[in-house]
Amino acid sequence: MNVYMDHASTTPVDPRVVEKMMPYFMEKYGNPSSSLYEIGREARKAVEESRVKVASAINAAPGEIIFTSGGTEGDNLAIKGTALLDKDKKHIIISSIEHFSVLSTCDWLKKQGFEVTKVPVDRYGVVDLSELENAIRKDTALISVMHANNEIGTIEPIEEIGRIASDNGIIFHTNACQTAGRVPIDVRKMDIDLMTLSSHKIYGPKGAGAIFVRKGTRLEPLFHGGGHERKLRSGTENVPGIVGFGEALDLACREMRKEGERLTRLRDRLIRGILKIERSWLNGHPEKRLPNNAHFCFKFIEGESMILELDFNGISGGTGSACSSPTLEPSHVLSAIGLPKEDVHGSLRLTLGKQNTKEEVDYVIEVLPKIIERLRNISPFKEDFGEYESALAHEHKH
Amino acid sequence: MKVPWHTSISIDWSDWMYSDKLIEEFRNPKNMGKMENPDGVGKVGNPTCGDVMYLYIKVNDDRIVDIKFETFGCAAAIGTSSIITEMAKGLTLDEASKITKQDVADEVDGLPPIKMHCSVLAADALKLAIEDYRKKKGKKSDMKS
Ligand SMILES: Cc1ncc(COP(=O)(O)O)c(C=O)c1O
Ligand code: FES
Repeated sequence: MNVYMDHASTTPVDPRVVEKMMPYFMEKYGNPSSSLYEIGREARKAVEESRVKVASAINAAPGEIIFTSGGTEGDNLAIKGTALLDKDKKHIIISSIEHFSVLSTCDWLKKQGFEVTKVPVDRYGVVDLSELENAIRKDTALISVMHANNEIGTIEPIEEIGRIASDNGIIFHTNACQTAGRVPIDVRKMDIDLMTLSSHKIYGPKGAGAIFVRKGTRLEPLFHGGGHERKLRSGTENVPGIVGFGEALDLACREMRKEGERLTRLRDRLIRGILKIERSWLNGHPEKRLPNNAHFCFKFIEGESMILELDFNGISGGTGSACSSPTLEPSHVLSAIGLPKEDVHGSLRLTLGKQNTKEEVDYVIEVLPKIIERLRNISPFKEDFGEYESALAHEHKH
Repeated sequence: MKVPWHTSISIDWSDWMYSDKLIEEFRNPKNMGKMENPDGVGKVGNPTCGDVMYLYIKVNDDRIVDIKFETFGCAAAIGTSSIITEMAKGLTLDEASKITKQDVADEVDGLPPIKMHCSVLAADALKLAIEDYRKKKGKKSDMKS
């Protein structure tokens, strides 16, 4: 059986989305800026219709939507675009569990002389609001806290953070790549100034997305050129991508309620089944979590070998283990919720999606315990991490 | 010799993927488990990623007659643990202590560059087990004399 359970990483494109995109490759291939003739106008019309769809999905005005190449660009544009605007404001507040597209952007800004405060989270991954308020300074340019975390699925108290930011006159950005189309978003109610969206997380094409820029919020562009997208993002629009993204978000919002309930039931079934494994636990918040996210730890085994074993059984999932990361560092999110690296080793993320069925969930529940048992048999640790630290202290001499 | 990736004209899959040989060792590890009353034990960890390997040896007449491992780590760590036990079994202690991380990596048809440090774990654990055996034996012969 082939079971894809890594929808937080990416999703297949919905056939209805592909159908909408198709004409914009070979028939309606015009440049939206060339609106003096028909095929150019067709492309412009498609882009603007998509903008309306995206805007209405989050209770924004169409003029507040800027199309981008996806989540990474959106986060870069929102954060650098705000930071580089006001020479006197050199301070940024983020949470300690942001996506790399926010973290690395802030690391770069640090090199340009900015100061960045990372607000801690509790053991469920919820941002500490009083720490956030305490971190605010006169020269704070921006608060950026993600709507929901991509690893552990915790949904942050965005409305409260929005209020804190607006009470203090600070721009508030949220990365909603994991939530748009999955949980309701209202940028007005949530006091959001800037918001990042990505298409390929919601059954749209890769390389497309948008940021919401509240009317009156200024940004410094990253791409200079022909002045597209209200001069905030020059470059000929990715018309098929934009059409696909708009359609995908529209479908996701219309099906959100029903699909959300179905996914929540499946997720809870998965969690109940997996937690029967000894020495395992759930990470993230028990209730305030994405309907499709299940995140576990299993003691005494390592995640990369678990993912490979799952792959042999046709199952795709993710892990935060240091061994699977290109930097050999344990996941900063799992470290931030207080897990030591040996526990991060045994982490597993399963994120559900449209095609997943009850049968697939039951298949994972059947296969995973055998994998855990096999790997625990290989591991020197069975009851506790006994001599773990002293073995680590035997550093190689070559 | 390996050419730098940006000048290479062919795709080197070993940069991303494990060899079939390594996968085979990972899926069907040999000599796995704890050993009762070993003559020497090597317990090493990898401070970079946090993996740990235990290696046990039984020695007779200066030769490794039995060898076992337990590993808490990635597929490369488990696979190279298994292969080094097969490489070392039957060798004299001097021969076995000459096994390098490169020998281990070659034996599994190469490792992705980022996984080379995992084979260090195996080579170090073996050296440590041999050292441990020699230390214990030294003490015993000290007591005799
Ligand atoms: C929370 C979050 N932010 C940003 C991104 C980056 O989005 P994109 O892949 O569209 O650049 C991702 C996905 O990789 C994500 O999960
Ligand atoms: S030993 Fe940790 S990456 Fe292989």
